[in-house]
Amino acid sequence: MRDGKALRAAVLAVLLLGLIGPIAAGLAQTGRAAFGTMPVLGLEQVGLGPWRDLAAIPGIRTSIGLTLFTGGTATLLSLLLATGVCAMVHDRLSRSAAARWLAPFLAAPHAAVAIGLAFVLAPSGWIARLVAPLLGLDRPPGLAIVNDPWGIGLILGLMIKEVPFLLLVMLAALTQVPVRRHMVAGRSLGYARGPVWIRIIAPQVWPLIRLPVMVVLAYALSTVDMALILGPSNPPVLAVLLTRQFTAADLAQILPASAGALVQVGLVGVAFAALWLCEALAGRAGLWWLRRGGRGSAAAPLMQAANATVLVLLVLGVLAMIALALWSVAWRWPWPAPLPESWSARAWTGSVRGWSAALLNTAMLAGVTTVLSLILAIAWLEGEDRAGLARARWAEMLIYLPLLVPQIAFLFGLNILFLRLGISGGFFAVAWAQSLFVFPYVMIALSDPWRALDPRLVRAAASLGAGPWRRLFAVKIPVLIVPVLTAAAIGVAVSVAQYLPTLFMGAGRVATLTTEAVTLSSGSDRRVTGVYAILQAGLPFAAYVAAFVIPALLFRNRAAMKGGGA
Amino acid sequence: MRLALTVALAATLFSPPALADDWQAVLQAARGQTVYWNAWGGDDRTNAFIAWVGEQTERRYGVSVRQVKLTDTAEAVTRVLSEKAAGQDRDGSVDLVWINGPNFLSMKEQGLLEGPFVADLPNARYLDLAPGSPAAVDFTVPVDGMESPWRLARFVFAYDSARIDAPPATMADFVGWAAAYPGRITHPDPSNFMGATFLKQALVELAPDPAALQVPPTDDSFAIATAPLWDWYDALRPNLWRGGTAFPENQSVQQQLMNDGEIDMTLSFDPASTAAAIGQGLLPDSARVFVPEGGSIGNVSFVAIPYNAANRDGAKVVANFLIDPATQAHMQNIEVLGSFSVLDPARLDAGARAAFGALPTAPALPTLEDLGPTLPEPHAGWMTRLVEDWAKRYTR
Repeated sequence: MRDGKALRAAVLAVLLLGLIGPIAAGLAQTGRAAFGTMPVLGLEQVGLGPWRDLAAIPGIRTSIGLTLFTGGTATLLSLLLATGVCAMVHDRLSRSAAARWLAPFLAAPHAAVAIGLAFVLAPSGWIARLVAPLLGLDRPPGLAIVNDPWGIGLILGLMIKEVPFLLLVMLAALTQVPVRRHMVAGRSLGYARGPVWIRIIAPQVWPLIRLPVMVVLAYALSTVDMALILGPSNPPVLAVLLTRQFTAADLAQILPASAGALVQVGLVGVAFAALWLCEALAGRAGLWWLRRGGRGSAAAPLMQAANATVLVLLVLGVLAMIALALWSVAWRWPWPAPLPESWSARAWTGSVRGWSAALLNTAMLAGVTTVLSLILAIAWLEGEDRAGLARARWAEMLIYLPLLVPQIAFLFGLNILFLRLGISGGFFAVAWAQSLFVFPYVMIALSDPWRALDPRLVRAAASLGAGPWRRLFAVKIPVLIVPVLTAAAIGVAVSVAQYLPTLFMGAGRVATLTTEAVTLSSGSDRRVTGVYAILQAGLPFAAYVAAFVIPALLFRNRAAMKGGGA
Repeated sequence: MRLALTVALAATLFSPPALADDWQAVLQAARGQTVYWNAWGGDDRTNAFIAWVGEQTERRYGVSVRQVKLTDTAEAVTRVLSEKAAGQDRDGSVDLVWINGPNFLSMKEQGLLEGPFVADLPNARYLDLAPGSPAAVDFTVPVDGMESPWRLARFVFAYDSARIDAPPATMADFVGWAAAYPGRITHPDPSNFMGATFLKQALVELAPDPAALQVPPTDDSFAIATAPLWDWYDALRPNLWRGGTAFPENQSVQQQLMNDGEIDMTLSFDPASTAAAIGQGLLPDSARVFVPEGGSIGNVSFVAIPYNAANRDGAKVVANFLIDPATQAHMQNIEVLGSFSVLDPARLDAGARAAFGALPTAPALPTLEDLGPTLPEPHAGWMTRLVEDWAKRYTR
């Protein structure tokens, strides 16, 4: 008992010092700047000046509205679609099979998907090139499909990334709900599949996926790279507007930008409140609806529509990645050619020095952050087990804090803190900053399967005389090897995708595939961008493949442990 | 400051041995240093050139160069500022930065720069540093030896000659041209440097009194000078790409739009970029360069050293190598970078001049004569106001 409490306290201390402390310090710096204090610029006058400057930025209201609209719509639609698909396929698709199908979508970084999707959807893009001869177009149609003023392109891009994530999270949550029993009971009472799902199963799943949904919502409201590539441009969403302010030549713009960063935090807060309100309303409405007692099966066409929509989204995602792969080996690919006019490996060979160094950095960072996060996560969960503690909501919120607070609100301040400590600009500063974001995702992926572990296994081991450490290493981890490796793969994917933390804490010196890809996407060579985007997606994809292959090799003589069980 | 520069220049002329000793000391201190050169990383050819510079300085002086690739120069400025905020006045992470205009002004005003150092570079003897000459002024702000030139920038347009017979001859002609071919031209978002330059080029052509642009704007002078500009832009905007409601993020994205056939014209601050892009398969072979009849805005790209640079001696060695005549001739080669030299031809010896004369040409590469006169940049203050005013007028 005491052993467990000590273990958890130790993890908590590491988290407070290494995770919460830096974020709080970063937020404090941002807060000071938002109210006019920035001694290095000779600005000490506390006041509302920065807020007035922020309010005077042209289009700021449209930016805020666009942020709420695109982030809210993308999250809501993703949630509905994922629920619909889940209801259709959950008993036909095992979680591991789903993970295998969804892995490429989880592995592909947001920025890479966005670049590919922009090429697929643009008026001069792949789809338009295919239909151009049919419609007799000699010039691309003057349609606004990406960078459209409503943000539809951005919403689509976000959905392609978020639907697979939510689907995987839901399928994982379903392993904790006796779905089959509920379904049999519901159907025997004369309800169709859809209504059973919505009335009985969804309310049980929701508490298990609430936090991941909040993570998706926070991300959708504060994404910079996707919004830059797919979003509206004049004005853009708030996060892009703020990034421009933070990097303006006029250094005094940092003050209104800091105020804006607090607004960004506020927007996420408002969205969470709206989510909570929806939850409460849905609870009431659901109760009323249940008591009415209809047997309606009108949900079936809706579920089919959801399935079809998700299929379209996934096809778009696949096309986006194929387009990038083609670009990386293209030489000239002018409008309206559906395929490149000439081919060349020069994009790969010409940049080999650049990408091999970046690949090495990226792989090392992913390795270090993932191993560190896994150790912390396992220590946390094992501490809970040993102390016999239930999952603590407040502690979970702390862990997820880095995912719920917009990065832009604390990274600038965090960088100053790191500089004061003299640890900025190096590999370990970047590894630390990345771990802030890797650890929560590893926790999300690992905690539910860990807690769902059959306690009889551990008890049997204990009765055979195994001590706590032996129970951990000889029983729990081998049995949980699939979820542990899946969590590791997710950790690798998250580490690879980090842009702002790598850039800020590395002083730009630690070049990773993502920093290089984003820098190059400010240039005009889609071919080199394609090279980096493919490597960027390839590394996490390799990690996912390893997560499936390693257990199969390790346990080739034990059928039940090859995966699928978790 | 300017006095100090003149004195330093005089010192160059009258006491070369002392300077040579100083430079020997710099070379000695620089040996073994790694210079972190912060430079925009969006152009593969520039990145390759910077890598070449590193190889050369490593071989000759034992100074290696690592490029820190930026998406925007202001990133480096913010980085130096955060270091100052954290009290890190030595061993900073930025040694050398490719910089211009407003970013330079910002760093200079905040005391974030090392120097003056330019006059101490041995190769500065090939530069025309007389007050007011292009290499001594950055957006009308005197350089005061705080930054060293390395490549020439000229505002040019590129168009697809297969789609366009005659591009507009003046900025004023853009209105009629766009009306005849709606949706076929655009410009980058003015929050980006190139977008602002498009507006500035029009401002310089349309302003009633161009001389007023050489001093910081006042409310009155700004209103008078920009009135014709906004009339012009109001007439132009409805016929821009996507009706003037969306703008590409920067000139590279715009170049991609031209290659994709979405528009027929793009713009650049590098006269050689079109020929280079054709060579790389990034623009159609029919792409050509033009400048408005009256000439176009031009300036010089500089490198500067932050006040807290860890490897300042190495940075000086690199800055000096960049203005070596042989380096400049290599840089001006269209097969390498194609950027025009910043050196004063009158100060070069016959051998160096021959090296420049023997450079290869390309169909899409304009000669200096094709480019016409260089118009002076307005004072940096105009750009800021112009961008703000544009945002106020055209952002919903």
